[in-house]
Amino acid sequence: MADNLNGWLFAALQTLLFIGGAPLLAGWIKRLKCHLQNRAAPSLFQPYRDLAKLFTKDLVLAQNASWIFRTTPYVVFGAMLLAASTVPLVAIPLPTSAIADVIVLVGFFSLARFFQALAGMDIGTAFGGMGASREMTVASLAEPATLMAVFTLTMTASTTNLSVAMQHILNAGLVLRPSFLFALLSLAMVAVAETGRIPIDNPATHLELTMLHEAMVLEYGARHLALIDWAGMIKLTIYAVLISNIFFPWGISRQLTLSGLVLGTVAVTAKLALLAVLLALWETVLAKMRLFRVPQFLGFAFLLSLLGILMHVILETSV
Amino acid sequence: MSPLTLAYAAVAGALLSGVVSLAADRFPAALRFGSFSILGAAGVAAVAAGVEELLSGTRITSQLPFGLPWLNWHLRLDPLSGFFMAIVGIAVIAVSLYGPGYVREFERPTRTADPAHSDGESHTHQSLAALGLFTGIFVAGMLAVLLADDAFVFMISWELMSVSSYLLVAYQHHNPANRHAAFLYLLLAEVGALVILLAFGVLAGFGGNFTFSAMRAAHLSPIWASVAFTLALFGFGMKAGMVPLHVWLPEAHPAAPSHISALMSGVMIKVAIYGLIRFVFDLLGQPQWSWGLATLAIGTATALLGVLYALTQNDLKRLLAYSSVENIGIILMGLGLGMIFIGTGHPALAVVALLAALYHSLNHAVFKTLLFLGAGAVLYRTHERDLDRLGGLIRRMPVTAFFVLIGCLSIAALPPFNGFVSEWLTLQAALQVPVLASGVLRSIIPIAAALLALTTALAAATFVKVYGVAFLGQARTRHVAHAREVSLGMRAGMGLLALLCIVLGVVPTLVIRLIDPITQQLLQLSPAAATARGWLWLTPVSPHVASYSAPLVVAAIAITFVVGYLLLHRRARSARRSDPWDCGFGGLNARMQYTSTAFAQPIRRVFAPVWRIDERIEKVQASPTRITSVRHQLRIGDWSWLAAYLPIGNLVLAAARRVGRIQTGSIRIYLAYSFFTLLLLLWLIT
Repeated sequence: MADNLNGWLFAALQTLLFIGGAPLLAGWIKRLKCHLQNRAAPSLFQPYRDLAKLFTKDLVLAQNASWIFRTTPYVVFGAMLLAASTVPLVAIPLPTSAIADVIVLVGFFSLARFFQALAGMDIGTAFGGMGASREMTVASLAEPATLMAVFTLTMTASTTNLSVAMQHILNAGLVLRPSFLFALLSLAMVAVAETGRIPIDNPATHLELTMLHEAMVLEYGARHLALIDWAGMIKLTIYAVLISNIFFPWGISRQLTLSGLVLGTVAVTAKLALLAVLLALWETVLAKMRLFRVPQFLGFAFLLSLLGILMHVILETSV
Repeated sequence: MSPLTLAYAAVAGALLSGVVSLAADRFPAALRFGSFSILGAAGVAAVAAGVEELLSGTRITSQLPFGLPWLNWHLRLDPLSGFFMAIVGIAVIAVSLYGPGYVREFERPTRTADPAHSDGESHTHQSLAALGLFTGIFVAGMLAVLLADDAFVFMISWELMSVSSYLLVAYQHHNPANRHAAFLYLLLAEVGALVILLAFGVLAGFGGNFTFSAMRAAHLSPIWASVAFTLALFGFGMKAGMVPLHVWLPEAHPAAPSHISALMSGVMIKVAIYGLIRFVFDLLGQPQWSWGLATLAIGTATALLGVLYALTQNDLKRLLAYSSVENIGIILMGLGLGMIFIGTGHPALAVVALLAALYHSLNHAVFKTLLFLGAGAVLYRTHERDLDRLGGLIRRMPVTAFFVLIGCLSIAALPPFNGFVSEWLTLQAALQVPVLASGVLRSIIPIAAALLALTTALAAATFVKVYGVAFLGQARTRHVAHAREVSLGMRAGMGLLALLCIVLGVVPTLVIRLIDPITQQLLQLSPAAATARGWLWLTPVSPHVASYSAPLVVAAIAITFVVGYLLLHRRARSARRSDPWDCGFGGLNARMQYTSTAFAQPIRRVFAPVWRIDERIEKVQASPTRITSVRHQLRIGDWSWLAAYLPIGNLVLAAARRVGRIQTGSIRIYLAYSFFTLLLLLWLIT
């Protein structure tokens, strides 16, 4: 029982680390991008300051905003919190990952998106509807690709429980699986689309017509905006952690020992920092795509994940 | 009381409610209070019968001295029919709470455009007696199908169900579109019934007679079994709305009064699913994996095409009907996986697949009934079904809006609502493919799973559209802006179903324990693993492979909300209201909102080949530089109508014209035909 309790305590702490660290990753990416683009870089802790400022501001709501608009930030943040609590970050034995497997994780993302799209349409402005429509389009193309990429993993480990799956991959040691290569590429492409990064969406845009995600949240301010922005950072971190811990699980702690946890934290920080460099490079090199090129991009991601599954079925299963 | 007695009571109650409403043309209260309360009692009896049967898990058979001289009516209640009886019962209870308010709509004479009248309008009184009578027969027919234990009773009840629902579709027959829909429905229902009859015929031919027990005992060669399966799949699939046989469904379901649409879409197509399960898993013996593959493929196509067609609809009820097609597809996928797993010798996994299909049948019945009732409430208050003319109803009809939101969240398969559980189970079943020996199956099933994921995501987009356009934003027309909340009874009907959506989503394990005797009955295996870790955890295969705990998810959501409220809301000052961002131009109005058509446009563009899109933009130009008006016209057609139905229809017409040549209209020639026929027959006999 004490062991069990430790596990839950650890899960709670790890979730706090997750949501507490998410703005740091966002700040790091922003900083890297500024350096790459020859701009003066803000402090690494700028996202924290932004959030703190937003939380203290007074709330202004649109005239006809309904309760959907007011609850959405909490639902979005709550869904991301739940999602974050089920992803092993620094150690594998995570009791919360049994609550929700990887399909439920994707379900949490859909829940957040559903409410965000509704909130976008709640005020009845053209931008909100436009953002909602585009976001749902992109999401409906990205979601099957995400699940396919994840299925490659789950079929290899024959489980959809993330803890068990990571354990399996770690135990298997360094094996080059062609299917994983495809799944990794596909998941990376999907992650870019799902978290609203270039070339799908530009998180820094201020031009309404090119916005996807930002158009939906145009009407939000103060603590609502803070929650939504924070949730966005958590989502980015979740995808980054998924990519780094599924495909490169080395360093993650197998037991809940102090040394293991410290090592795990260092390892995951290093992995995320490295991944952020790649993302910043990618965002600097590429330009934003037209909306109607996005289906091709995601179709390609889907195809890659499909190839991944087929590779797995043909090459890696021994019956 | 024994479950079978309760089931009889339910059938009798449904019939009685029909009889009582015969007085409704003179006393409208007979329908509102008499008929619907008896129907509600019948629904309660049906649920009680179903649940008691599922708890006891025994099979009760009985024979009634009616029917053909050599074939009494064989009736039987077993866990499978008990489960579907409970599904029918739940929807019937909700409808009978909702009905009394809703039918007030039909107490008023309706105005219809009629050029024959001098003032251009005629006032039609719609018969309330007919509405109540056919509703009673319809429900009784559905319940009797579930009780049937021989093909004779089955077909009679099936026809009762079909014909009475035809009459209900044709209820508002002053509208030519409804008449057309009703005819199409009757035609295809009868074709389907004939195919089902043939399927039973094959089994009866081998079994010796028409009782189901004889059919179970029959030994069919694999080829004949496949023939019987194909016939059953087409016959029941026709009724269930399987692509490409679905075209009647989006025409007929919306044409009926909304509470009937709810019964048709929520429950009647489940009765067809029941027929398929009964036929394939119970009567036909061991399913072959190739049947499973066919069912899976058709199910996937049905799900994907259903949701894509739903997405582009602007008529709310039509959209819901197409979404029923989608959900039937998901159920068929579960059944297909079940057949594949049985056929390849993995009955333990077939249990998971069957569980997914059965649970989705229940869930879809609950949320689709809820959504149709919600659409009916909107229709009742605004007289609008066109999404592009609605808007902002969350402020005018807050309770209805809340219940419909729960329905939308459930149908979009979002955790922790009920639709998510069954889709999760279906995906879990699909993910167990590595155990299969055949490489083809191992590569096809994951693709089906991915398409299921695509379907789910598109369903979410569809219902964001429905809810966002109809309930959020600003009202697009004047009477929508003045809509009022519906009556208490109507709200209660929807509220009951919304509550069920949450309960079925949060504690699926309790219901899955109830499903246990069904898999015992069909596969001699129980999904014990699914609930092995107690009611908190759903673990379909084993805790190690996958687990989901909706109660803990809900608990976590609750904790997050409380903490968030304590941290943020309590300290905060109240919000200030202001105008939304209008780019500084000012004058935002309701016409500037995104419409349903606009919302679906990106997806329409991505999946363009799926529809037959006829889009026209006409510009009227006063001068080369000045455009005075722009007209945009968009028609979205269903390919299967053009590719499958019209050719057959044309063929039939052409054949009829050929045959018509011998019909000269002259009595002498007809007498000559009779004479020569007689001669021919005499010659043949001697």
